[in-house]
Amino acid sequence: MGEFLLVTIQVDMHDQLALKLQDDLSNAVQKNASRGVLIDISTLEMVDSFIGRMVADISGMSRILGAETVLVGMQPAVAITLVELGLALPGVSTALNVERGMALLRRKIDGVDADGIN
Amino acid sequence: MASTSGEAPLRSEHDIVLARQLVRKLSQELSFSLVDQTKMVTAASELARNALIYGRGGTMHWEIISREVSRGLKLVFADEGPGIPNMDLAMTDGWTSGNGLGMGLTGAKRLVNDFSIDSKVGAGTRVSITRWK
Repeated sequence: MGEFLLVTIQVDMHDQLALKLQDDLSNAVQKNASRGVLIDISTLEMVDSFIGRMVADISGMSRILGAETVLVGMQPAVAITLVELGLALPGVSTALNVERGMALLRRKIDGVDADGIN
Repeated sequence: MASTSGEAPLRSEHDIVLARQLVRKLSQELSFSLVDQTKMVTAASELARNALIYGRGGTMHWEIISREVSRGLKLVFADEGPGIPNMDLAMTDGWTSGNGLGMGLTGAKRLVNDFSIDSKVGAGTRVSITRWK
């Protein structure tokens, strides 16, 4: 994966596990000097406000550490439910699948480099 | 279906996961659509967490109910915690007395067909939700 971290969430996480993932991931971003984080939730059958907040927090923390985050693979039923719940995940970039997510990450990072911001 | 009602404890974070799985199973047995299953499971997850965190633990009572030709799943989340002193505030999007996003109660309400809440300061809170097939 080189400069990208790929995280696949495959279990129904209890809250502490979600917080641990958030912790582990920010450490991994720093340790590997990652430029991008891809979170694959294609096997998750539910995203509630806790998981939603965790994803938003990961995105925010990663940005501060110099990495872009893209959330991929959300099931349609999960997306419909999230919006009705009132969580539109502002500030979190999303893509349909891993492939498109990688392309989006690449564009984001290249864009930042081209702008001379980094 | 073996039984039409039951109760599950909400004493730990693992119990929230088990409650989600139970509601998924019951919703599937009632042949809810995938979207309706997901809505009910998500609402249950929010209310189970509320009972655990704000209510210091409680129970989830479930019941398969009938109305004319349709069937539904009713869930009651009960705790004996401190209760909610200001219900109008608690039912405001984005307001939280804790560390959450403040979307749990109001969000859960939007995800179900029937919603009622009864809370007494010092005695606890009961939230009842129903989703019809």
